[in-house]
Amino acid sequence: MVDVARHDIVIVGGGAAGLRAAIAVAEASPDLSVALVSKVYPMRCHTVSAEGGAAAVARADDSFEMHGYDTVKGSDFLADQDVIRYFVEEAPAELNRLEHWGCPWSRNDDGSVATRAFGGMTTKRTWFATDKVGFHMLHTLFQHSMRFDSVVRYDEYFATKLLVDGGVCRGVAALDIRTGEVSAILGRAVILATGGAGRIFPFTTNGMIKTGDGMALAYRAGVPLKDMEFVQYHPTGLPGTGILITEATRGEGGYLKNSEGERFLVERDYGVGTKAELGPRDMISRAIIQEIEAGRAFKGPYGEYLHLDLTHLGEELIDKRLPFVRELGRIYIGVDPVYEPIPIRPVVHYMMGGVDTDIDGATTLPGLYAAGEVACVSLNGANRLGSNSLTECLVFGARAGLVAVEFANGSSAGNEDALRAQADEERAHIDALRGRVKGGEKISQLRREMTSAMEDGCGVYRHQDTLRACVQSLAQLRGRVSDLRLEDASRVFNTELISALELINMIDVAEAVAISALDRKESRGAHTCREYTARDDQNYLYHTLCSFDPAGPRLGKKDVTLGTWEPEERKY
Amino acid sequence: MSDAKTMKLVITRFDPDVDAVPRTQEYEIPVQPDWKVLDAVNFIKDEVDGTLSHRWSCRMAVCGSCGMMVNGEPKLTCKVALSDYGDELLIEPLANFPVVRDLVVEMEGFMDKFKSVKPWIITAKEMAAEEGTNRQSPAELEVFKQFSMCINCMLCYSACPVVANEPEFLGPAAIALGHRYNMDSRDEGQAERNEIFRGEGTVFSCSYANECSEVCPKNVDPAAAVNQAKLNAVIDWATGLVIPRKGP
Repeated sequence: MVDVARHDIVIVGGGAAGLRAAIAVAEASPDLSVALVSKVYPMRCHTVSAEGGAAAVARADDSFEMHGYDTVKGSDFLADQDVIRYFVEEAPAELNRLEHWGCPWSRNDDGSVATRAFGGMTTKRTWFATDKVGFHMLHTLFQHSMRFDSVVRYDEYFATKLLVDGGVCRGVAALDIRTGEVSAILGRAVILATGGAGRIFPFTTNGMIKTGDGMALAYRAGVPLKDMEFVQYHPTGLPGTGILITEATRGEGGYLKNSEGERFLVERDYGVGTKAELGPRDMISRAIIQEIEAGRAFKGPYGEYLHLDLTHLGEELIDKRLPFVRELGRIYIGVDPVYEPIPIRPVVHYMMGGVDTDIDGATTLPGLYAAGEVACVSLNGANRLGSNSLTECLVFGARAGLVAVEFANGSSAGNEDALRAQADEERAHIDALRGRVKGGEKISQLRREMTSAMEDGCGVYRHQDTLRACVQSLAQLRGRVSDLRLEDASRVFNTELISALELINMIDVAEAVAISALDRKESRGAHTCREYTARDDQNYLYHTLCSFDPAGPRLGKKDVTLGTWEPEERKY
Repeated sequence: MSDAKTMKLVITRFDPDVDAVPRTQEYEIPVQPDWKVLDAVNFIKDEVDGTLSHRWSCRMAVCGSCGMMVNGEPKLTCKVALSDYGDELLIEPLANFPVVRDLVVEMEGFMDKFKSVKPWIITAKEMAAEEGTNRQSPAELEVFKQFSMCINCMLCYSACPVVANEPEFLGPAAIALGHRYNMDSRDEGQAERNEIFRGEGTVFSCSYANECSEVCPKNVDPAAAVNQAKLNAVIDWATGLVIPRKGP
């Protein structure tokens, strides 16, 4: 029988949303025991790679109304407007807290926090700590979390299953990567904060760990995934590696240029108006693809690319505001942006979709909450604005933590024997997978086929026929993944086993993305169909729900919460 | 990319379930001219030998996961180019740490040291979120900024001759972190941390070898932090002799 650990709140994921939730619980109820379960040490979580900044109203020329309107317009009117209002109003206090906890925000001369311009934002409301904002926020949150003895960390524990008793989520089965042992980590509420799933694509800014684990866990437990068709392509990734070059480069005045040296966002009509390089990400990524298709791109070993030109900004500004970009350019593409333009192309960056939650982060499974990129609280709709996601992790991580406390206080611990039995079953499943040499399918091969299907079907522009082919490939892969071949039989730090479990998660998530995309026959935000080029509010102003079914995903709909801003044509 | 050449990687293998002591295994693999060392290790893992274990994630020198010994020197493997080396490469787990498996080292000791310096803002009175932010001038930020850039990759512990002889030594990254908070204008915890720094196995154990700063992939300069922390700990102590410290 597996070991059982008892806590009050179980949080899965050690990035910004998970840590913020843990701190919220610890501050509100020091007597509640929090389990923080993470497959990597918290400072390794992918929040660390965020660069440009976190949005919150900070200046006299700004307002909640303006931040809200920018966000809803950026979302192509698919965001829930009550969620946006709550978000913009809470955002400043959350970033203030980070400041109080030691985040080294960049400063104005008078000692106030500096803000910079960002895509789709009408004024400077993006707080920053040079261009390593995710890194500094994550380390600040992690270090601050260490104050609280009630937060018990399970570092390098991989959660593989939600444990549900009496229709309530009461814990997770988790694999201790170091020992290979599976245990039941129980609580009276569970919060998922495992981040996104960029690794379902071959070319992504995301780190290796971004494999959609929490999405897959919730999905297989019967919770729908929402708006999965909306995948954000960031306009500026390094060709080859996909390493992110922050939008802050353009916020600080950088230009995008085609192979003719033309600022195409200024010279041609791509719908971004005077915003030019500071248009929203979906529109700029489409513009880049169109420039490439028009033959105004450079050819390189990793496909065609355009230029991000910072040479006019000068060394002093780049070193002061964008030192990481300079480091990344030099090391990963051999270009010093002070002297040469940086080669870039659109790259998968962020999932607008995720586990369906309400404004509290509550899912349809009682006791299960989600926050951050794993969740779809519907702040971002069809296209997220840059610098809203770090703040989202704080605002909704904190709220999920507090609401989970309320739920836990009114809930019992459940039937321990029943929960343990589920974890026992999970252990048997994992033991059967470990060292499964009789299998015929290679992990890296299936991963390649999956990412390649996703790139073909779910790119910046989507065709109905390639989308259908993508859906078929994924359904086939879902069958083949049950015959994986694993060579490593060791129980100790078996990363091959983790890769296999991650691949199984990714195929489920990828299938949800592709099927949701095929069903939305319009163009909205990041979802752009070649055959259906217009937004269609008459027929598609709803959230897509995708539910797990052993026979294949089932689709449903959920209303969009309107009420403050009427949907209008999205022009800048 | 074409023009692939072949390279030999000699990698330390250790599975405590099977091996009494670490062994080495050789891999001949095709490599690309623009690969980092990590790309070669990942290639082996994905295509040649699924039983090899190592940590990695961001592949952009910020998550701090992929530190290894490369030809005897601690390196962040996603940051160093394969082309900096010849046709053969020796890859070992980070020195001065117990090995869990293959290239994976034990981090618990490091995490304990990390927490022991109280790496959080300590103030007598906490501000409410609605009160806005502290004022901190760019000059005040500059004083500690560099020491806040540590990615916890632990290369400095592998390079440090004191850690090698005295595993309990608090070590460069943890001292730099404590010092980072001591130098933050928003913090009032200097007295507490200086007391920690005056304890055994902390700043005064440092032998000024400066190896930590030489291997740091983020130019944190932990050696400078240790030296400043020593001075501050002494001044703080001497001041305490002259002016009796206030109660808590």
